[in-house]
Amino acid sequence: MFEAVREQAMLRVFRDRGVLIAIWSAAAMVAGVFIWLLADIAMHGAPRFDLSFLIDAPGNSGRSGGIGPILVSTALILTVAIAATVPVGLGAAIFLSEFTRSGGLPGRAVGLSLDVLAGVPSIVFGLFGNAFFCIWLGLGFSILSGGLTLACMVLPVFIRVAEAGLRMTPGDWRNGAAALGLSRLAVLRQILLPAAAPSLVLALMLGIGRSASETAALIFTSGYVDRMPASLLDSGRAISVHIYDLSMNVAGGDPGAYASALALIVFLFIINGAAKWITDSLTARRIVTL
Amino acid sequence: MNETKAPGYTIARVEQGPPCCDPVPVIEIAGLSISYGGKAALTDVKLDIYRGCITALIGPSGCGKTSLLSALNRMTDLIPGCTVEGSIHFGGVDVRAPSLNVAALRRQIGMIFQRPNPFPFSIRRNLEMPLREHGIRNRTELSDRVERSLTDVGLWPEVRDRLDSPALALSGGQQQRLCIARALVLEPSVLLMDEPCSALDPLSSGVVEDLIESLRHRFTVVIVTHNLAQARRIANYAAFFWMPERAGKLIEFGQCRQIFETPAHRLTASYIRGLRG
Amino acid sequence: MTSSKQNTLPLSRSDTWLIRVLAVASTAAACILVLIVLFMLQEAWPVLQRIGLLRLLSDPAWHPAEGLYGLAPMVAASLAIAAGAVLLAGPFGVASALFVRFYAAAPLASAFRLALLLLAGLPSVVLGLWGLTVLVPLIGRIEPPGASLIAGVLVLALMILPTIALTTEAALDAMPESYLRGAAALGLSRESTILGVILPAVKGSIMAGVLLSAARALGETVVLLMVTGNVVRLPVSLFDPVRALTANIALEMAYAMGDHRAALFVSGLMVALLVLLFVLVSRRLGGGWSFNV
Repeated sequence: MFEAVREQAMLRVFRDRGVLIAIWSAAAMVAGVFIWLLADIAMHGAPRFDLSFLIDAPGNSGRSGGIGPILVSTALILTVAIAATVPVGLGAAIFLSEFTRSGGLPGRAVGLSLDVLAGVPSIVFGLFGNAFFCIWLGLGFSILSGGLTLACMVLPVFIRVAEAGLRMTPGDWRNGAAALGLSRLAVLRQILLPAAAPSLVLALMLGIGRSASETAALIFTSGYVDRMPASLLDSGRAISVHIYDLSMNVAGGDPGAYASALALIVFLFIINGAAKWITDSLTARRIVTL
Repeated sequence: MNETKAPGYTIARVEQGPPCCDPVPVIEIAGLSISYGGKAALTDVKLDIYRGCITALIGPSGCGKTSLLSALNRMTDLIPGCTVEGSIHFGGVDVRAPSLNVAALRRQIGMIFQRPNPFPFSIRRNLEMPLREHGIRNRTELSDRVERSLTDVGLWPEVRDRLDSPALALSGGQQQRLCIARALVLEPSVLLMDEPCSALDPLSSGVVEDLIESLRHRFTVVIVTHNLAQARRIANYAAFFWMPERAGKLIEFGQCRQIFETPAHRLTASYIRGLRG
Repeated sequence: MTSSKQNTLPLSRSDTWLIRVLAVASTAAACILVLIVLFMLQEAWPVLQRIGLLRLLSDPAWHPAEGLYGLAPMVAASLAIAAGAVLLAGPFGVASALFVRFYAAAPLASAFRLALLLLAGLPSVVLGLWGLTVLVPLIGRIEPPGASLIAGVLVLALMILPTIALTTEAALDAMPESYLRGAAALGLSRESTILGVILPAVKGSIMAGVLLSAARALGETVVLLMVTGNVVRLPVSLFDPVRALTANIALEMAYAMGDHRAALFVSGLMVALLVLLFVLVSRRLGGGWSFNV
């Protein structure tokens, strides 16, 4: 009998050792691939990555020159997306948080529709954007179409985060303000929105990050043109589309693609860093005079 | 008049007003019933609140005392599913009329909550913001009113040098006094207080209690309290509530001394003696 | 008798306007989904009506020029790639989460976690770029042409792994401390605790995270465009080039007309419905929602 017990104990030790090795190997592999990936992008992207790259226009289909007009187009697309998302998103978030009961019908209907929207794949947004903004509204391949399509994509997450931030504010403040006869508008403007500011900033940053990374929704809404756009109705190429085009359609476009990828990653890094910095400083100031 | 009750705290002197033995009703409640989602919380209350007096609403939890208080300044509007029946007249005006300007009502009838709830601003802004929202923008008037209400609650000597520091950095007792100051700054005639001392430590509780007592005559105060000794100390009138069936009812109302020393109803007598509730 | 059906009544004129503006904003937000459904159906309708869903799945090939709209090979490819990615990323993701929580010392754990967060934040086009320029040639050396089903599986797995790891980590954090203490009191080894107590306890959340990632894998377009070779055929071996349903839409939308375009919209609807199905099941299992979806 002791033999059997000792055998079982040994088997268990082997199994334990096996699991340990498996987990460490898995982690090592993941870490390894991650470092490989980053190193690859840094190495291939760094050579061409300098100030002139960020300013010059692309030449020779992007094999030479820079990404200046593309950065401008991207910035414009992001601006359109944010300009459309923030008012609608903030309005919906405030409505859901302050003016609907948690179980009530309007709240649930809007909430459900947004949840489903959050799950729709980006290519479908591209199809919709093309059918609705480009064709039905007649905006054609333009920065406006692309930005508005991105706004539709980003809205659910923005509303969800903003609403959560508003709901987190203490109900005591609302009661106290109501007892003082303050209007709902005053309460929102002076107390609730400033208190929810960290979440609102986070929501905004998430929106910007997601928009900047998006490719599939932009390919047939904002188009491929890599010249400097003259207006919002002009077609413009976003940086993610540029990376795609250079790597897939342009022979010898890889160095340009890598440098652009590096630029995009740096931009996202700055956005996320700014988000963290703003959120931290707003939270720290929470107890202090607003 | 009250002088120093604890080291470092002084209550300002209060002017005398109309004596309390000549009762003039400022709020008249008749046939008031409140229910939440169909379930009755309070049934058929008839009660008069007299000007310049402190009226205590006493009774065990769940009798509808807070509901009654909330109905007086239409705070029940904020509770989904809450229905109010009956009549409430404030200075002759029907409080429950749909056309009533509720913001103006709440300027006249202020409310203090159980948990102090200063806004996340500076002390000064906590007091100035309601004034600005109600249309008072003149700088001198604002700072005058701020100083006056802080003096009334005895905070002025403590905070005069740090009016721009955060209100949330004050102690619990100071925060509650600030909330009272915030209600006073609008110069109401009635103050509703829902267990204002229950969330405070005994020392702060004493200070706030003294403050409430000092408001007598200048303001009409309706206070919900579980602390029978406190009610006995500061109230002129007491209303005793109980839950005979599953809804709250007003059992007895009268001068405080009479309720506590010679209660007419046997339920009142038992509650006062501490046998029930 | 006053009753409150709403949360509050407007207190002033500015409030009445406020509520109106807010209601308009909310209706606009809620309408987007309705608009999407309407426009997708409108564009897809001609083909659905004239050609029918059955033919779309059973036609022998995808040759829109000749009126053949067989989506089957592409549907199979999409499903196969998503399945492969999930099968690969699942164990690695869970292992990563266990590593961070139970095996790594604090500084290593934070570094690893930071790496996972950074990986989660990488745009898919950048992952596709790396896959195209580094992975595909490597695979091509084993078996040409390199752009293939397996390439898609590998890069997609890399893309969804951080999501699985982070949701598993959240589930582990939400687990009551008492489980671990109880196991320790019984003298169970770390591995026995993991296998016997922890994994069964968080099984539901892990599944939810996995399904959410599967949904994301099904909906992914750019990565598959870049590394799978885009040849319409039923995958026979892992190294066959294939074309995913999503990639197909992206490739042909630019020049598709009439029925061809409508067929692309139909395939878009199919992808959307599949993804939604996975998201709903994931939600049912208790998953929350992920920022990265």
